[in-house]
Amino acid sequence: MVTSLSDKQIQHLYWRTGFGISSAMLKTVRKSSKNQIIDQLFSESKQSSPLQMDFGMLLKNPKDLSREERKQLQKLRKEKMSELNTLWFKQLIDTKQTLREKMTLFFHNHFSVRLKTPRACLHLNNVIRKHALGNFGDMLMEVSKSPAMLLFLNNRQNRKDHPNENFAREVMELFTLGRDNVYTETDIKEAARAFTGWNFSKGGAFVFRKNHHDYGVKTFLGNTGNFIGEDIIKILLEEKQTARYLTEKLYAYFVNETIDQHHVEKLATAFYDANYNLETLLRMMLGSDWFYDPKNIGTKIKSPIELMVGLSRPFHIKYEDPKVLLYLQKKLNQMLFFPPNVAGWPGGKTWIDNSTLMLRLKLASLTLNSGVIEWHDKGDIPENMIIRQQIYTKMKSKLQKKVKATPNWNAFLSTLDQKDKTELTDFVLQPQLSEAAKKLVSQLDATNIKNLIIELLSLPEYQLC
Amino acid sequence: MERRDFLKQSVFASGMALIPSFLKGMEFLSPEQLSGYRNVIIIQLSGGNDGLNSMIPISNDIYHSLRPSIAKKEAQTLTITNDLAFNDNLKAIAALYDLGEVSIINNVGYPNPNRSHFRSTDIWQTASDTNQYLHSGWVGRYLDTNCQYPYQAIEVDNALSLALKGKTMNGIAVSNPNQLYKTTREPFFKGIIANTKKEMLDEDNQGYLYKTMLETYSSASYIYETSKIYKTTTEYPQNPFARNLKTIADFIISGLKTRVYYSSLGGFDSHVNQLNSQDRLLRVYSESVGALVKDLKKNDRFKDTLILTFSEFGRRVKQNGSRGTDHGAANNVVVIGGSLKKAGIYNELPNLSDLDDNGDIKYTIDFRSVYATILNSWLEVDDQKILNTGFGKLEFI
Repeated sequence: MVTSLSDKQIQHLYWRTGFGISSAMLKTVRKSSKNQIIDQLFSESKQSSPLQMDFGMLLKNPKDLSREERKQLQKLRKEKMSELNTLWFKQLIDTKQTLREKMTLFFHNHFSVRLKTPRACLHLNNVIRKHALGNFGDMLMEVSKSPAMLLFLNNRQNRKDHPNENFAREVMELFTLGRDNVYTETDIKEAARAFTGWNFSKGGAFVFRKNHHDYGVKTFLGNTGNFIGEDIIKILLEEKQTARYLTEKLYAYFVNETIDQHHVEKLATAFYDANYNLETLLRMMLGSDWFYDPKNIGTKIKSPIELMVGLSRPFHIKYEDPKVLLYLQKKLNQMLFFPPNVAGWPGGKTWIDNSTLMLRLKLASLTLNSGVIEWHDKGDIPENMIIRQQIYTKMKSKLQKKVKATPNWNAFLSTLDQKDKTELTDFVLQPQLSEAAKKLVSQLDATNIKNLIIELLSLPEYQLC
Repeated sequence: MERRDFLKQSVFASGMALIPSFLKGMEFLSPEQLSGYRNVIIIQLSGGNDGLNSMIPISNDIYHSLRPSIAKKEAQTLTITNDLAFNDNLKAIAALYDLGEVSIINNVGYPNPNRSHFRSTDIWQTASDTNQYLHSGWVGRYLDTNCQYPYQAIEVDNALSLALKGKTMNGIAVSNPNQLYKTTREPFFKGIIANTKKEMLDEDNQGYLYKTMLETYSSASYIYETSKIYKTTTEYPQNPFARNLKTIADFIISGLKTRVYYSSLGGFDSHVNQLNSQDRLLRVYSESVGALVKDLKKNDRFKDTLILTFSEFGRRVKQNGSRGTDHGAANNVVVIGGSLKKAGIYNELPNLSDLDDNGDIKYTIDFRSVYATILNSWLEVDDQKILNTGFGKLEFI
């Protein structure tokens, strides 16, 4: 068992469990053993910081509102959804509980919900955060009973004589067993019957409406009984396939999209035996030797949120106009709280197409240098250099007004430990450089460190972690 | 030219000279070639459109009895025959129908239907069997086998669907050609492009990034330069879907050498109080397509265009407990074009007294027969190579 980590491996651990590492932090943890670093990641995430928002008029009973106020409700909900989005985004940039937030992001995608009701969305997000390093079974139960899930998958409309299968289907297909594993169409119908009567009060508390519930006998995954919704969830957790499915998804998220069945099976067994304790699973994953294999380093395509937060954190970027944040997320196809559908964002190569890739490559220059990559050919004739500089200056003033992002370069540069080009490249970029990048980097001018960093961040290699 | 301007241009020239030679070779269509250059526009109604409330079996008693509160009354429809009627939000489509430019194909689906949006969308987009998991789309494989350039299949949207992703080539997603072009002209990116070697473009994630970057660079300039030729003056409704169709019209009329256009209209996944939301969406669909067809006709390109509209599945015949319908199976598909061989109602209406175990419509036409027909009879390519199996051809074109 390897007990100490190289810089590259530490960076790997921090990218996968968070959003990269600062130069100062790297300097500190370099002295620690692997296990000490992992312990530290968990202790930093011991606390949970729920998102908090003032909902104003949305908290009132619509009956008590005037007609005029009721008209404004829809607009207010929309505004609050955007506010919720940027609130979490900023927490991701500022948080010290990075592992917890990274797991919250994972489950934000796993329990993918898209609604226009900000209160329900905030509540669900906090439920997920609370259990993010705890017990998956507890999370599943609380999520299933949350107003957000009851609303999104129509369980409120699921009633005796009028069953609505939406939640029953997705709880198996997406949340526990995985598509076409173990269950049949009949199991879906039977489970839907058990979930009848699940609802919530005006204040958002879970309620069981007895007169909507189907009290008949159900047969589900070979078990027969007078099941209620809770029983179905318990039976699903008894299936080892649930542990396997969750482990596969977590492995793809933290380690590699190409699943190693041998590793997954071992992890899934430990996860199942630990009664779905997420910390147990993660410690085993991050503590293994194979997690640090070169084939797992620098090979994952960053999600848009990982990319944006990863860029914003080291430079403490302040976004003056929240609309810019929403715009960027939208254009990169990952808007927090607005997943495309109940299956969430598929991730991996699907993040990349021609339009998203170009914006991703431009992102560093947009947020750190008003949209400009001040690139100069070595050996270019002086006239060209001057003209280029003039054009860059003009571009900057135009884009500055649009992006309204302020990076703190001083904070970044003053703590920067890596001084020469090779060290900087190793620190900024996780993968092995392609031939094109190697050649280009060798030509880059290292005298202007700010330009050099923007150029490194604008290489396709920065899209990987 | 002033020396200064000359330098400016040489520094920021379009950069075609930098494109590695294996990507060179753009082709533009001359006006003579333009006429007769066939294309297909594929529109996905995402979320599972309830076909029974779009093309309504108005005289069918089972329809009315299974949908006591959501069945359409005759007054809410536009008559087609004694037995079938359009939802009255489909006015523009009905008008095209009367001109013999619409073919309605009923009961389109596949064996052992999957009722998950994602899985069924994958099945439709990859043209796979229900238990077969393909990672390439049918339009993507059309690119692989018959095309030279990514822009020969364009999705007018922010992201590229699986349908347009091939094994060796991807289509291009573009919602705004100007913006795409401008971004690719960044001098630093040109530097990356100039250093890229063919050997780097392998299938791992890094190779994929470089490959996408190269393809984007060359396609962006082509689309930008060519689509400047025509900007429509036809009036379109004010909504994002109509804007996308307008972009497609600009592309077609400008003479882009593109065979397949793809776009989608989302929001059909309603399980509750379905009528309002579906009616609103059908109106958006109909008015937007109506404007597109008008535009194409004005420029004499409608005869070369085929518009296919589908949804990943239909809805259950029986309404659910909340004035909505749950996920179903077979559905109708609408083909619109200026050169249809068989317009009208293509085949028999759904048999509502012979439903499957879930209470859904049984399929009688495999959706891949529709694809095979378009590939073979319209685009005139070998459909078996793309669909991997031979499917019977239909007679609508």
